[in-house]
Amino acid sequence: MSESVIEVSDLRKKYGDVEAVAGIDLSIERGEIFSFLGPNGAGKSTAVEILEGFRHRDGGTARVLGEDPGRAGRAWRSRVGVVWQKETMVPKMPVRDVVRHFAGYYPLSHDPDEVIERVGLTAKAKELAESLSGGQRRRLDVALGIVGQPELLFLDEPTTGFDPRARREFWGLIRDLADGGTTIVLTTHYLEEAEELADRVCVIARGRIRAVDTPAALDGRASAEATVGWLEDGRRREVRTAEPTRVVAELTGRFVGEIPELSVHRPTLEEIYLGMINDSDRTAEVGDGGAQEAAA
Amino acid sequence: MSTPSTTQKTASPKDAGPGARSGAVRTGTDASRGRPPGALRVGLSRGWVEIRTFSREWEGVLFTFMLPAVILVLFATVMGGMFDMEMSAVDYFLPGLMAMGLMSVSFQTLGVAIAAEREYGGLRRLRGTPMAPSSYFIGKTILVLFLALGQVVLLLGVARLFFDAALPTGVTAWATVAWVFVLGTVACSLLGIAISSLARTAAAASAVVTFPFLVLQFISGIFVPTVALPDWVLNAAGLFPLLWMAQGMRAGFFPEEMAQLEPSGAWDLHLVALALGTWCVVGLVLTLLTFRWKTRKDG
Repeated sequence: MSESVIEVSDLRKKYGDVEAVAGIDLSIERGEIFSFLGPNGAGKSTAVEILEGFRHRDGGTARVLGEDPGRAGRAWRSRVGVVWQKETMVPKMPVRDVVRHFAGYYPLSHDPDEVIERVGLTAKAKELAESLSGGQRRRLDVALGIVGQPELLFLDEPTTGFDPRARREFWGLIRDLADGGTTIVLTTHYLEEAEELADRVCVIARGRIRAVDTPAALDGRASAEATVGWLEDGRRREVRTAEPTRVVAELTGRFVGEIPELSVHRPTLEEIYLGMINDSDRTAEVGDGGAQEAAA
Repeated sequence: MSTPSTTQKTASPKDAGPGARSGAVRTGTDASRGRPPGALRVGLSRGWVEIRTFSREWEGVLFTFMLPAVILVLFATVMGGMFDMEMSAVDYFLPGLMAMGLMSVSFQTLGVAIAAEREYGGLRRLRGTPMAPSSYFIGKTILVLFLALGQVVLLLGVARLFFDAALPTGVTAWATVAWVFVLGTVACSLLGIAISSLARTAAAASAVVTFPFLVLQFISGIFVPTVALPDWVLNAAGLFPLLWMAQGMRAGFFPEEMAQLEPSGAWDLHLVALALGTWCVVGLVLTLLTFRWKTRKDG
């Protein structure tokens, strides 16, 4: 029994002559953590903003929580939380009062103190929102995004400026929310963040989806060749292989005891992602050339 | 999938319903949610937030709220001995500075503040909540009303307590002050909201708003008596609301015989009402046409 929270088909948006979003099809399930990856200017922000109801689309259909986000009203808004990428102004009031005030916008809301606790700002609750550090401000943004008990939460690069520990804590919060049934759409530049959190990742480049899969299986990652490396005769050796276990077994026979500086490296999500982006740039150049020829 | 981790992820999207994940925090469903809180209730709450946040901006408090009173004190003190308008300096400048103060707390306050809210995403954030747009404007109305009444109390209090100024006498005079207060403040508020859209950045807004306001102060008979102004200057100033607000205030504060010092030799209250009423309509139309929750570059 799966239930789509977001259903998109052939989504399109142009800025002048540039097709920022050039036909996207997507389905995101309830309770899923879905991550958008892509270089700056790839169209992911535009796509997400259309889904948030902040930008009009030029073509295609979009259903978010059963409604067209371009026309959805206040009842729909009360079910959606948004945490923006850009620093977003908050009233010059103590943290607690800001959260309490925003809770008042929603028909259903969490207890403000509980939300502050969950984003780890309890110690700062009585301080002015302005006095918070960058990472703390971000956590306040998240608090305001979730105070209305959203069914769907959009997070746009939420952990920019976090130290590693704060990022870990934040990931725990996001998992908790997803465990509670909140659908999460995460846009991020941190590949390890997508790997850690996302049930599925979607790579967007040049306005199109290049792949949608689990982080572990993206673009054939699960079956991709591994690199086995070791030190032999004072030189570093490397072998790319689909069967790293067999290679290591062979090496075990060649060396007495430890294999010097043995490493078995599988491609990281980042390597897979960069490979895809580079491929997409190359094919786009070829494609563009073809289009120009066709036009000429 | 009660304890999600990277190792447990499957290739297909989860076929989980809302209850499939177990967690401490439940998400409200649409059915249990009910309607968003009423626009008036949220608007009142916004009004309180507006007043609290305004009072924390000392620049705003100083330049838009205190300045007219400071100027009144300066004029009453400095010009006290060298004034020959058949009335004391404080009496002469009080109605004009009332008009200036009202325009300051409406036009200048809103023009600068809304441009900043727009550029720094405050408006965008609000738009991402179920808040009714009218709640935002109810909040601004409460802020301006609070500041405008405070402005009147401050100016009249300073004038009366420190300089023994003559206040309006009689119901008619106070009624004139009251309707000029309302029409002028409404017109200037709407123009302030409209002009906030003209500024491309928040930094530019204070120039875009303050420059025309400052020019109007000099050509609308606030600092310089209208009798001293050339006709063409008066005609230009007459296109904008401040001249009429000041004239209406003088009608309420000044003795009747002072009307002969007005450009036409009379208070012309019907023209004051017409000009300010027209600006209310124009301001409303401009606001409706130009108001945006996002900046231009946000698309």
